[in-house]
Amino acid sequence: MSTSQANSLRNGPDERGRFGIFGGRFVAETLMPLVLDLDKAYTAAKNDPAFQAQIDFMQRDYVGRPSPLYLAERLTEKFGGAKIYMKRDELNHTGSHKINNCLGQILLAMRMGKTRIIAETGAGQHGVATATVCARFGLPCVVYMGTTDIERQKPNVFRMKLLGAEVVPVTSGTGTLKDAMNEALRDWVTNVDNTYYLIGTVAGPHPYPAMVRDFQSVIGNETKAQMQEREGRLPDSLVACIGGGSNAMGLFHPFLDDRSVKIYGVEAAGKGLETGEHCASLKGGSAGVLHGNRTYLLQDEDGQIKDGHSISAGLDYPGIGPEHAWLHETGRAEYVSATDKEALEAFQLCSRLEGIIPALEPAHALAFVSKLAPTLPKDHLMVMNMCGRGDKDVFAVADHLGVTL
Amino acid sequence: MTTRLDKRFARLKTEARAAFVTFITAGDPDFDTTLAILKGLPAAGADVIELGMPFTDPMADGPAIQASTQRALKAGASMMKTLDLVRRFRASDSDTPIVLMGYYNPIYHMGVELFLSRATEAGVDGLIVVDLPPEEDDELCEPAMRAGLNFIRLATPTTDDRRLPAVLANTSGFVYYVSINGITGSASPETRNVAAAVARIKRHTSLPVAVGFGIRTPEQAAEIARNADGAVVGSAIVDAIAAEIDPQGRVKPGAAERVLAFVRKLADGVHGARATAAE
Repeated sequence: MSTSQANSLRNGPDERGRFGIFGGRFVAETLMPLVLDLDKAYTAAKNDPAFQAQIDFMQRDYVGRPSPLYLAERLTEKFGGAKIYMKRDELNHTGSHKINNCLGQILLAMRMGKTRIIAETGAGQHGVATATVCARFGLPCVVYMGTTDIERQKPNVFRMKLLGAEVVPVTSGTGTLKDAMNEALRDWVTNVDNTYYLIGTVAGPHPYPAMVRDFQSVIGNETKAQMQEREGRLPDSLVACIGGGSNAMGLFHPFLDDRSVKIYGVEAAGKGLETGEHCASLKGGSAGVLHGNRTYLLQDEDGQIKDGHSISAGLDYPGIGPEHAWLHETGRAEYVSATDKEALEAFQLCSRLEGIIPALEPAHALAFVSKLAPTLPKDHLMVMNMCGRGDKDVFAVADHLGVTL
Repeated sequence: MTTRLDKRFARLKTEARAAFVTFITAGDPDFDTTLAILKGLPAAGADVIELGMPFTDPMADGPAIQASTQRALKAGASMMKTLDLVRRFRASDSDTPIVLMGYYNPIYHMGVELFLSRATEAGVDGLIVVDLPPEEDDELCEPAMRAGLNFIRLATPTTDDRRLPAVLANTSGFVYYVSINGITGSASPETRNVAAAVARIKRHTSLPVAVGFGIRTPEQAAEIARNADGAVVGSAIVDAIAAEIDPQGRVKPGAAERVLAFVRKLADGVHGARATAAE
């Protein structure tokens, strides 16, 4: 029997944009009217079948959805336990799940009459996806990217430029994702009239966390239908990596009320949780307020935000989406972590055994799968979100492995 | 309850002067220099002092204040030291209002009730917390009011007439009108727009309206002072402080005196504004 509406874990956020105590709208007054407008526009669009039809059409013909649910036989055999399925969102146009959200948001931006798009990016996948939809719909695009990330993600910087976007280097802080987000917010405050801020993850002021989750939920909805078709039942567990947490939220959300499904989010443990050099906001952080929402943050004893560390630029964010913070506190999802070293090993293993070079981000998820799967029976159905492909990471990985290209 | 801010604005009104509101970042470039500047501000003509609480991620601030925050944190600034600056200032000045300005996280991390008791004990009069809009009033605004502190809200060009009443509802002390859409220290406001905006806000409230963002010279400060109850200068003073740091990162001797001399020029602009206008 399905869970009744009142007890559903899928009802959040409330009218204040909160998941339990997390979420909210902690923004400067200049932005507040814009955030309220966006909420109204998104609510109207969500209930408009024409808007959904537009997204569905583009998802099929432009992005290439649905992405396959693939049984990874050789990894299953290697780990010797659970049956491992991969949700192949790395096969999407632009090479990651990021396009799912960008497509929804740019169609919304156009509905709202906005004529200029800005975005922040860490690994560059969200920047590339934003630049892609901007090219497709003919809107100017400015992407803020930290200088550290620009250095480690050169191929994506060039891709964005090819797509016609302006990439603005951000030098403040450590030049990573959080600094890029600060700079994008400053741009938005300055250009409120014509500009739409296309946030790439399930964070930021309400309605962003809910909206991005909704656009990414295509991942979980497809997974549910595909697993039903393949195995005639629900999966037993879901595993996804988490920076801000958009790919994970997209996979998890449609399953929140299916209590038999175990849910695991994998944070980046960097050089190890004990070293302090990591990006595990839930396992190594505490509740705070940043970038428009209350969530778990990496911070010091004075409430100053600490810089994360991860081999993966896409996970290098000191916060996490507020809905994850809530799922963590309620215990519905379990959050674990994988180190740089474990992710590198999983990266190579997946390449050799499955012929799939994963992005370093989902390599973290796979690293956890490699630990969990062997402990489970062979009829356990596990879905891991292969949310991005590794082309962008080959230079960085070669560097870590001591190979000169 | 009559607060130091209420008294100060009431007195200025009887003197037919606009308030000169100065902003500096606590601990920039170091604790001792901030304390020296802070203590000298009233004599240099500051009517109200805004003291910035350093935060690693000042999302609404431009390059000048971002850099000042970074300098302060690097020099060991913290919430406790910021409150200590207020306490030491208050020991020798019981009249000049001090408003702490910053972002919510360091306050939330300390704990709202603990922060409020420490702030009132130190002699803080009001708070400006950039990332707490009226929608989040139960977080800090309401507890602060109960603790006897003024909660000063920012109104902006995007705050329309429909929204203004909500923004003003729990505001006390004064209203801070942000004259441009943008970050601190960016483009200067147009006087005509500012006058119209101040008039618009005054239709909704009897509170004094101070105007800030983008005021850099005594002339601009004077222009604003003719049209508002107060002029706020931040980035320009913070830039003057930055100029007192040598290439080796050391604070030059006599730094506080030179910064205060610059503040005095701005103050003269504000305080002479209405006299000039009357001529």
